[in-house]
Amino acid sequence: MKLTLRVWRQKNADAPGTMATYEVDGISQDMSFLEMLDTLNEDLILRGEDPVAFDHDCREGICGACSLVINGDAHGPERTTTCQLHMRSFADGDTIDVEPWRAAAFPVVKDLVVDRGAFDRIIQAGGYITAPTGSAPEAHATAVPKAAADHAFEHAECIGCGACVAACPNGSAMLFTSAKVNHLGVLPQGSPERETRVLDMVARMDEEGFGGCTLTGECATACPKGIPLPSIAAMNKEWLRATRKAKR
Amino acid sequence: MALATRTDRRPSITRTLWDSTVGKKTVMAVSGLIMLAYLVVHMLGNVKVFFGADEFNAYGHWLRHMGEPFLHSHWGLWAARIVLLASVVAHAVSAYQLSRRDIKARPVKYAHKRRRAGYATRTMRWGGVIVGLFIVWHILDLTTLTVNERAWAGHPYENVLATFSTWYGNTIYIVAMAAVALHVRHGFWSAAQTLGVGNARRDKALKFLANALALVLFAGFVSVPVAVMTGVVS
Repeated sequence: MKLTLRVWRQKNADAPGTMATYEVDGISQDMSFLEMLDTLNEDLILRGEDPVAFDHDCREGICGACSLVINGDAHGPERTTTCQLHMRSFADGDTIDVEPWRAAAFPVVKDLVVDRGAFDRIIQAGGYITAPTGSAPEAHATAVPKAAADHAFEHAECIGCGACVAACPNGSAMLFTSAKVNHLGVLPQGSPERETRVLDMVARMDEEGFGGCTLTGECATACPKGIPLPSIAAMNKEWLRATRKAKR
Repeated sequence: MALATRTDRRPSITRTLWDSTVGKKTVMAVSGLIMLAYLVVHMLGNVKVFFGADEFNAYGHWLRHMGEPFLHSHWGLWAARIVLLASVVAHAVSAYQLSRRDIKARPVKYAHKRRRAGYATRTMRWGGVIVGLFIVWHILDLTTLTVNERAWAGHPYENVLATFSTWYGNTIYIVAMAAVALHVRHGFWSAAQTLGVGNARRDKALKFLANALALVLFAGFVSVPVAVMTGVVS
């Protein structure tokens, strides 16, 4: 395959960036999108140019490190992570636009790499859960209803990649935060912190400069892990409940 | 040794609501639902125009004397106006502040443009502004009668006919009702999500209800100018 890439190049956080055009040849359709970028970078290094910086780690779709908005879609046209997106999703001769996540809360570090520290700070704001430490607890001491376990697990799938923020026209982190709040909110472990957790996480989310939710549904469409849109309504419910109780 | 004790306190519920994006959306949802309930009542009142001038004018007269003799004349009307005005202001101020925030949260746009979300969702902001401007026009036209060319105080039936016998009266009204319907279509469903009523099981029912409300409101309101234009009401 021969492709034309238009890639966002930006030297550092303060430098202005621009879309640069590159031609790549000899791309197999079995390559992942990141391997295609590796091919481009090998070319660039041989030509003595600066390779394109992009985030990646496990390359098996479970770590949440890779990002990229490909032709306007977070993680590209398939519902998966960029590392699991294969070049067979594109046609020979295509022009592909590759951009970083765009959000005030995710500043560009270099080229396609953005700082997603805001997500870590939302998690930190959630705080600890009360759990006995020491020897492993008896497995059946705390019963978790099956429905609650399923609900928690569905939301625990969130890998914190930030595709929801990238896809949202308002750069909102509601889907991410709701995944975390739903995950922990239904479990008996951590239930003493149920109210403070949602209040603090939502407050932190706002402080980080993410936009508000207008329920466009773009986040849930982009999410590679399929966190559903109703999770946001569930978090709103949880937040309103905590506001009423507002105890500390 | 004494344990460290937390002394910081949570801010009041009002403060928490107003300072949070989730809380401000709640303000929008509640004020929106108040206005939506009013619209349904307003539409039901409007279709009384099909039952003749006497019934419609008597209804108009009753609106001014709601709650009598317990309430003084016009008190009921003013109570409704104050609640509605408060809702409009709360809704608009929240929308303005949230929109400013949303725009600031995406300072650099994507180079690869793609249509995001449905038409009703994309037009919430400007649609809301159009509806707001229409309310001003509508009050000047049929409440204060400032812009109504053949105004006749105390005769709402005749004033409605006067409004809908002009091309601009019809155009402004029908365009505004389309904007209202689109706004309700996304707004009602969104309010349910914001208030935490929405979930996967109820989603279809809520979307159906939102579309039904939008459609019934549009049909009910627009039936009046259409009836005047076609001579059904004269």
